[in-house]
Amino acid sequence: MNELREQIENVIASEEVALFMKGTPQFVMCGNSMRALEALRRAGAPVTAVDVLPDPRIRQELSAVSSWPTIPQVFVRGELLGGADIVEELAQSGELEQTLTDMLGPDYRGAAAERVVAVT
Amino acid sequence: MGVDRLRGLLEQAFPDASELAVDDRTGGGDHFQVTVTSPRFDGLPLLEQHRLVNEALAAPLADGTIHELRIKTKGTQ
Repeated sequence: MNELREQIENVIASEEVALFMKGTPQFVMCGNSMRALEALRRAGAPVTAVDVLPDPRIRQELSAVSSWPTIPQVFVRGELLGGADIVEELAQSGELEQTLTDMLGPDYRGAAAERVVAVT
Repeated sequence: MGVDRLRGLLEQAFPDASELAVDDRTGGGDHFQVTVTSPRFDGLPLLEQHRLVNEALAAPLADGTIHELRIKTKGTQ
């Protein structure tokens, strides 16, 4: 097991809502990453963001772990929720807030503020 | 060119699709919107529906043809 993959798996397992994205919430580098971030923000999700751009291996290892080929990827309590289209669709139907409530509890909005962690 | 390749792959994967569209969103041949309506999606969670589309497009996703992909799937029920 390589160290980078272990770090990625740790983030997925330990963060309430993990968003693997291109760029950071302060400096988003891709339209789909922005769409996912904004849908999560509107739902009040406690987002922990990981920028995949610093090293192409992050993306390779992430996709190997998740069996999901594209970026962004959103995980809630260790489970893959989906990419930008899914998160946006779930947000529009109200299912995103319901899922966050079910998985994180009714007070999930009061959890930690948006933050960024690095995996390299 | 990219549009035809993607469409061909999706037609193979979803021969029973009642709607199948591939749009080149920017005209650059690497940002695509695909829309598929198929009975194969009936009863499947959105995540699994999109997984089937990703699997159908695995080659162009892996070789860099697709730089950005937007997916819209619908079941028939």
